[in-house]
Amino acid sequence: MFDRKTVSLATAFALSGAAQAQASIDETINSVIGAATGPFVSFIFSPFPGTSFPWIVLWLVIAATIFTLYFAFVQFRAFPHSIALVSGKYSDPDDAGEVSHFQALATALSGTVGLGNIAGVAVAVSIGGPGATFWMILAGLMGMASKFTECTLGVKFRNEYEDGSVSGGPMYYLSKGMAERGFAGLGKGLAIVFSIFCVFGALGGGNMFQANQAHAQITNIVGDYPGWITGVIFAGIVFAVIVGGLKSIAQVTEKVVPFMGVLYVGTALIVILMNFDKIGWAFGQVFDGAFTGAGVAGGLVGALIQGFKRAAFSNEAGVGSAAIAHSAVKTKEPITEGFVSLLEPFIDTVVICTMTALVIIITGVMQIDPETGNYIWNADLGRVETVGDVSGVALTSAAFGSAISWFPYVLAIAVILFAFSTMISWSYYGLKAWTYMFGEGKAQELSFKVLFCVFVVIGAAMNLGPVIDFSDASIFAMALINIIGLYFLMPIVKAELTSYSARLKSGEIKRFA
Amino acid sequence: MSSEIFVVAYEGAPDDPGVLDYAITRAKAEDARLLLVHILEWSPYSFLTPQELEERHGRRKQELARAREVVMAPALQKAEAAGVTADGVIRYGQVVELIVEEAKKAEASVIFVGRSGSNSMAARVFGSVPLGLAQIAPVPTVIVP
Repeated sequence: MFDRKTVSLATAFALSGAAQAQASIDETINSVIGAATGPFVSFIFSPFPGTSFPWIVLWLVIAATIFTLYFAFVQFRAFPHSIALVSGKYSDPDDAGEVSHFQALATALSGTVGLGNIAGVAVAVSIGGPGATFWMILAGLMGMASKFTECTLGVKFRNEYEDGSVSGGPMYYLSKGMAERGFAGLGKGLAIVFSIFCVFGALGGGNMFQANQAHAQITNIVGDYPGWITGVIFAGIVFAVIVGGLKSIAQVTEKVVPFMGVLYVGTALIVILMNFDKIGWAFGQVFDGAFTGAGVAGGLVGALIQGFKRAAFSNEAGVGSAAIAHSAVKTKEPITEGFVSLLEPFIDTVVICTMTALVIIITGVMQIDPETGNYIWNADLGRVETVGDVSGVALTSAAFGSAISWFPYVLAIAVILFAFSTMISWSYYGLKAWTYMFGEGKAQELSFKVLFCVFVVIGAAMNLGPVIDFSDASIFAMALINIIGLYFLMPIVKAELTSYSARLKSGEIKRFA
Repeated sequence: MSSEIFVVAYEGAPDDPGVLDYAITRAKAEDARLLLVHILEWSPYSFLTPQELEERHGRRKQELARAREVVMAPALQKAEAAGVTADGVIRYGQVVELIVEEAKKAEASVIFVGRSGSNSMAARVFGSVPLGLAQIAPVPTVIVP
């Protein structure tokens, strides 16, 4: 078997000449970007007055709750119909060759299923304790209603051009939908602010975080080397795809990622079943931790904040990004895409994130004090002590590796592919927001694409801390604007829902298969 | 008005000229009408990039226009010129399945299909259109070499 230390030494030796200079490049990038993004990050995550609860997390939770109640638990009522729509039972055969519900969902999913599911969950569980999992699942279930609302609007207010191409997303429903409600000026303003944050989100969570964690995973296997090297290689490939139009790479990724997702969930299930005697205990940890904090310093609130934060970051419900991908579907009924999209937080968070969390808990990579039975808290790092002192994607990797020794290698490939597909999706979301602001055109597109590639390098070179903070902040800032719009526009979705449900009942909406 | 309808699984001129010529000859001899079926291979369960999603509707229009003008129109003309009444259908989906569906719908008595492409390795492993038709066609099927 390949000795990891040998590989590490070889890599270190090969790179030793330039290593010091490279390390200082990393440090410089770190301090400059860290300082530049600091104020923005602290604004977004400032606590609700008098509490330690970040107001933005509350914002998302309240929105998801309101949508859940306003649409009378649509995520549970419409679940079977959503499955029927995705499987094509209501698709008109004459529309074959157009974007199907399945395709829109798959593309949106490959943008959301990414490192949030692997690294983000590890962060949540190591900071918030196992209880974070409970809140994450709850946030996922509630988030389904937010996703339903935004994706319905995404299709309803999309732009369809002469050449047959389609553009949709919050920029369009904010401006067009709000105008319909009599708030044209406000809508236009929100659309612009959303676009700015969407560009940040694309560069942060959709790019830097991905590059950063992909690098972490590679060093985890081949040994440490400067991040900017990974960054440059990644940026080169991303450049070839988004600027050079090298479609084959993107197409291969789009095809491989779903299989990687299935492989990941399958392996997680195997690891969980290998430890079947601990399944009951693990769920006990999840439930206890959710309400007591299970001895983790943050306690209940810590678990809750981490759970909600990472769920939002992973499934992007309320963020508005998925509405961009979903809006290309061929349907006469915008609400059908809303139904389909509500499966996204379910698959992403309720299924995949939960798998990751259970694997981390069940394999015991988070250290427990044998005397008290509580997790050992490392106050300096602000998280639970872990075996091998790792966090993020490395923790997930260690958890899988403790059960199946070779799986970290498969995981490394999965992480790189997930990171890459998420980057491709977000480069597209960012580009749409960019061209919404600056107009369509070759020069505008190229400027964004080049900027995007530069941020790949920066993301890979930085430490996890500043990257994760900026990624979160930028994604949540999108949610801030998007949700304001959703409140104004939710009566439109309600009208669609009522009309569609009546016609489905009367048989006017035909089932084809 | 002829009583019989012959379905022609038509891939396009350069690929199978033989099947069209043969079907025209047979139709003329038996005073049958032709239904040319051209299928654009498509699965609603394939994976596309966001860019491809955006362009899909436009692409489909282009693909249909091309199929109509480059594939179907010359073939129909050829049949008409030979004095055979012919109609054309262009659809997206699984080739074999849709040809069978069209044949059933038209109550066709025979399906003609070219053998082109069946010799490739991929066709041997995964099956080809003639092989698929041989397995599930509801009416006699003529494979034209």
